[in-house]
Parts: sequence; structure tokens; C-alpha cells
Amino acid sequence: MIAAGLLFLPLQNGWKSGMFNFTPLSAAIGGALIGASAVLLMLLTGRNAGISGIFGGLLNLRGEDKGWRIAFVAGLTLAPAVAGLIGYGMTTPILPSNWGVIAAAGLLVGFGARLGGGCTSGHGICGIGRLSQRSIVATMIFMATAVITVAITHHVLGE
Amino acid sequence: MRIVASLICGLIFGAGLLISGMVQPSKVLGFLDIFGAWDPSLAVVMAAALAVSVPGFRLAGQRTGPLLAKHYLWPTRSAIDSQLVMGTAMFGIGWGLVGLCPGPALESLATLSPGVIVFVVAMAAGMALHDVWRMSGPTARSSAPLVAAADD
Repeated sequence: MIAAGLLFLPLQNGWKSGMFNFTPLSAAIGGALIGASAVLLMLLTGRNAGISGIFGGLLNLRGEDKGWRIAFVAGLTLAPAVAGLIGYGMTTPILPSNWGVIAAAGLLVGFGARLGGGCTSGHGICGIGRLSQRSIVATMIFMATAVITVAITHHVLGE
Repeated sequence: MRIVASLICGLIFGAGLLISGMVQPSKVLGFLDIFGAWDPSLAVVMAAALAVSVPGFRLAGQRTGPLLAKHYLWPTRSAIDSQLVMGTAMFGIGWGLVGLCPGPALESLATLSPGVIVFVVAMAAGMALHDVWRMSGPTARSSAPLVAAADD
């Protein structure tokens, strides 16, 4: 049944009016898989599926349990190759040509995720999934600053 | 077994990011660009993820422990403090600049894109900078492990 659903994904037509690119079916299926992986990780290993925490723990030389972290990140990075085997390979992401902007973004994401205690998965999916008020607030804040940032870079700075 | 389970969870998470399109910065920015050609897909992704995770975590919580480890390590922080506000605000700015956050960035390493590598290196540097800064502050205790690098 899942295979049949996946077959329909490329045929899915979104609502294309010029630039409108809504893909609700694949969004829902993908989202459900993300939620399922978070639940499974907790149910099986007792660990929270916040990527900034999982990866941050790898970097922190005094952090514990590197094995499961390496395994999770490996799974994440191998998924495109596995998907490629069944014809769903990944295209190279479109990024700004200015590496300074990319580096600044990375620094802010890394520092901010550690300072704020989570990222889109840690707060947005796992935290809200636990009905944590802290994570609900966190998600609202980073959504707001992200929207403002895009508004400025896309519409004020004339990119 | 825990290692295998983590690997499989990573694969499923990665599949979810791929299928939903969230691994593509253009899809993410399309959602964040509310004044432009708005793409609500990210909202559907979150709704679907929460539709699974809310009942799923509740069910998991009814067990005394996980299946392959001794204890659940549920995040415990609940304070809404200045660190939360500053950190998440910064995170949002970084996310909005390029449309990448940790999960999609790490997954995109599979494409060997130089831009992605720059992002991941910078992200790692940002994380390390924070941890070093926390360890050296007046409230740091050198013998304390860094909160198990856990999310809250």
C-alpha cells in the first residue's frame, strides 16, 4: 500500500499557479515518517530525536554514547543512497553562491540550536510532540525570526 | 541492537525528509516566504509528524522503559528563559538565511555539495563555540558533563 502511495508521488500535481508549489500528499507521508522515526527512537532506545542534540553530542568530546549517535547520523546520510536505489535520488540543494552567507547561517544554526536547546526536530516535532510548553514557545520564536529573515532577504534586500 | 535501531530510525527520518521535500532548502524557504509565492507544505509536514508523535510519545510514556535500553531519557528542561529566547531566535535567523537546519544539512552531505559541507562545518563550529563558551563561563563546573549534549 505504501509502495502504491509512493508511486503516486511523482504524479502529484500540487496546486501550480505560476509559482505555487504545494505538495500535500508527499508532505503528509514524509511528515508521518519523521514523526514515526522520532517515536521509534524513543520507544526503542530511549533517546530524543533532536538532530542538533544528537549531532552536538558527537562533537562534544565528553558526551556519552557516541555509538547510537553515529548510527543515527549514518542512517540519515545513507537514506538518499538507499532512496536512489529505488529511483528516488536526491538532487543537490540550491544554496547561495556566497559561502560567507552559508557559513553565517551555519554558525547561527549551530550556536542557536545549542543555546536554545533544540532545533526544528528537537523542539518542533519532539518537544511539541510531548506537548512541552517550552518547545511550543521555542518553535513560535524560530518560525517568527525565520519568516522575518526571509522577508528581509527576499523582499527588502532585493535578492 | 540499539545501534541497529538508531541506524534504522536515521534511515526512516531521512526518508521522511526526502519524501516531504524538507531536505530541499527551496521547499523550506517557500514556506517561510509568506510574502512571496507561499508553499504551505512545511505546515502539512509538521501536522503529519505531530499526528504521529503526539499519540506515539504518549503511548511510549505508558511503558516503564524503552525496549532496548534501561531508561527513557526524556528531555527535562521546562523553563522559558533568556537562553531559550536568544538561542531559538538565532537559530531561526540562520535557518531563514539558507533554508537548512541540522537534519537536512547532514542528510545533504550525501550529495557532496561544497556549499553543504561549508554549512555543516560552520554549524559544527557554532555548536562547539557554544559548548566552549558555556564551559568557560562563571557558572561552569569543569567536572560536570555538558548536559549529555541533550536537547531539552
